[in-house]
Amino acid sequence: MSLRLNLKKKPDVPVEADSICPDKMEGLSLKDISALPLHHGNEQITVGDLFSITGKVNGEICLEGDTSRFKMVGASMSKGRLLIKGSIGQHVGVAMSGGEIIVGKNADNWVGPEMSGGRITVKGNAGHMVGCAYRGGQVGVTGGEIIIHGNAGNEAGNTMRDGLIAVGGSCGDFTGINMLAGTIIVLGEMGWRTGAAMKRGTIISMQDTEMLPTFTYACSYRPDFLRLYLRHLRKLGLPIEDAWISGCYHRWSGDSIELNRGEVLILDR
Amino acid sequence: MGSTLRIVNGRVHDPANGVDGKTRDICIKDGKIVKSVPPKTKCVDAKGMVVMPGGVDIHCHIAGAKANIARKLQPDDHRRDIHRRMELEKINTRSGTGGTVPSTFTTGYRYATLGYTTAMEAAAPPLLARHTLEELDDTPVIDKGFYILMGNNVLLYKMLQEERHEEIRNAVAWWLNATKSYTTKLVSPGSDEPWKGHRNATITQLNDKIDGFEQLTPRKIITSMVNTVDDLGLPHPVHIHCNNLGHSGNYKTTLETMKAADGRRIHVTHIQFHSYGGKPDGEPTSKAPEIAEYINNNPNITADVGQVMFGKSTSMTADAPLAWMLTRYSNDKRWVNADTECESGCGIIPFAYQERVYTHALQWATGLELFLLSKDPWRMVLSTDHPNGGAFTSYPRLIRTLMDREFRKQQMESVNQRAVAKIKRGHHMEREYTLQEIAIITRAGPARILGLKNKGHLGPGADADITIYDEHEDKELMFSAPRYVIKDGRLIIDNHEFRNNHEGKILHVSPLYDEGIEDVIRPFVEDFYTIRFDNYAVSDHYAPRREVIPTTKQ
Repeated sequence: MSLRLNLKKKPDVPVEADSICPDKMEGLSLKDISALPLHHGNEQITVGDLFSITGKVNGEICLEGDTSRFKMVGASMSKGRLLIKGSIGQHVGVAMSGGEIIVGKNADNWVGPEMSGGRITVKGNAGHMVGCAYRGGQVGVTGGEIIIHGNAGNEAGNTMRDGLIAVGGSCGDFTGINMLAGTIIVLGEMGWRTGAAMKRGTIISMQDTEMLPTFTYACSYRPDFLRLYLRHLRKLGLPIEDAWISGCYHRWSGDSIELNRGEVLILDR
Repeated sequence: MGSTLRIVNGRVHDPANGVDGKTRDICIKDGKIVKSVPPKTKCVDAKGMVVMPGGVDIHCHIAGAKANIARKLQPDDHRRDIHRRMELEKINTRSGTGGTVPSTFTTGYRYATLGYTTAMEAAAPPLLARHTLEELDDTPVIDKGFYILMGNNVLLYKMLQEERHEEIRNAVAWWLNATKSYTTKLVSPGSDEPWKGHRNATITQLNDKIDGFEQLTPRKIITSMVNTVDDLGLPHPVHIHCNNLGHSGNYKTTLETMKAADGRRIHVTHIQFHSYGGKPDGEPTSKAPEIAEYINNNPNITADVGQVMFGKSTSMTADAPLAWMLTRYSNDKRWVNADTECESGCGIIPFAYQERVYTHALQWATGLELFLLSKDPWRMVLSTDHPNGGAFTSYPRLIRTLMDREFRKQQMESVNQRAVAKIKRGHHMEREYTLQEIAIITRAGPARILGLKNKGHLGPGADADITIYDEHEDKELMFSAPRYVIKDGRLIIDNHEFRNNHEGKILHVSPLYDEGIEDVIRPFVEDFYTIRFDNYAVSDHYAPRREVIPTTKQ
């Protein structure tokens, strides 16, 4: 039985909850966990003030109730599992380096910013800035996986350097903006200006999209590496069609303002 | 203050007073070192430890407009390096951020944590003295001062064209008073003004005519300022960043600049960046032996090295053309070039020195050569031109590199071998700095060069700025974490713990001048500046804690 944190009442204001993390709760008694700090608006409260705590500490935390106003849950997480039954607020899994976070419903903006390892799965939709660098940061995601089953907002994968972001639904504008390396796979449609200023990396979509004029059509081919990615995503529960695995893709290279070393692959339908 | 303290059983390194590792007591009363204190005075037992004067940084960039721009430009540099507020018995410390350009509070605390108690901000335009003083006043623990940029000053250019030397002397003295600064700084004299006026215009020779001031050359500016500072009797000579910084073949300019002093005192700063051979626009080579030999043979010259340390740095300079040139070599897209009306230029670029890059490895090795070839540690002192060559927090590693031959060899093997192959081999490469020599290049030497008679030594009358280190084989570890740091007689770091907050003072000069010079400066400021003359001079309350260092004429 995992450690269960059941929300007593949805807070009126956002709560900063970086202490809700397997690393921070490891080796603590239920009483100690109850005393861990949370920032409720401008006042400091404790985990016990908002949650009833049961179960035992074994590396897995189950968060129950409407936690959509809880920010920074799983911050700097390096191991264990965090199961969030409902929706979650902004910055879930920020700077995460290992372990797994599963969000049962939706996640707000900034899912997994600057993460370096582990996996975040969001069963519903995610907001803007999935797997991004913070403003002013030179490097975003450097490893790990972010799997969004629903839709994602703007700027998914902004400045990412490594790792995988997969979106089962559609993405907003500026997918992969300033991307340095890594892989973004979008099964649905993408908004405007995909890959703007990307240096390297790969963005893949199963739907047509309008490319920036700074991208150049290179060729059409059947990339081997993509089969591995898509089979992996199928195992993770995304609806991957057989035709995509064996399909032909148009390769666009760009962004030419950054020496054309990145690529966008669009399925030939 | 107001208390007494005695340090006992420590091995004292006080080069200014000829003490080299002898065990003796140091007595402190009212923030000063005294001959004796009453027998029941509180003691600090320094058995097995090394006692030195507090460190003095002769050249760093820690305050003012450019430092602030650099902080704002690179949130990624300091976002994860948080310096937390500490709750102490009396005054709590303030929170801040670190990185290569730490916030004011963090700067003060981290200098103290390394055993440094004095640091000099090396370049501020007179017009921005107010901002610089505000930041320095907010930099805790350490004493500090700053140098004003005078090498690209339009009014001085006009006076110099007309050979109004008496007025120049009075104007410089007025500026030093109006800004509460410590000395004058020349940064690539003559290069900013033409560059600001014409795209990519530059000055490469000391005898080049300066565009817009046809009667002027960099040589004339240098000799005029050397004479002026000498005439005013400032405690520290003119502080020169020579022309052609970073360019291949610039060692000739550096030698010419030093010769232009014609036997009078000058301080050539971050001289490593000015010691390169090679053809212009070609690969640099090291000319450290030529530069070191000249300095060894000419006692009027002092220098700080400006060592490059591998890793993150921030290029921050009043040498605007240099900053523009560096944008070609930086992987970072960010850069700032700014103009300070009538007085200076400015450039800031995030930078990183990498072992595998030929030029970076050569710069690193050139700096080490200068240290190892220097025969007089009193005149070739330690700096990294913080944060240009590296942050001041890398000083302990640099000290270990100088003191530990094997460590140096290991580093040499891990950097670009083509660069290392260009370095002159010889007996000097085996040299290991002694603790006494380290005490000279980090404390006694800089204090003497700055003319700070109460700093850098442990004799009676000196400020009680003292650092006590645990003896340790690993010198980087030893100099990273002093056991005790005493500032103005107060134990700031006690048994490795930060115990007391303290506010250091501003050190500045106040040379005499003829007040009639205001009638010359006023109309120029009213005509060409965006600030009124009556608002130009900085009032006393911008430096509430200050000490005037007398000139030789006072």
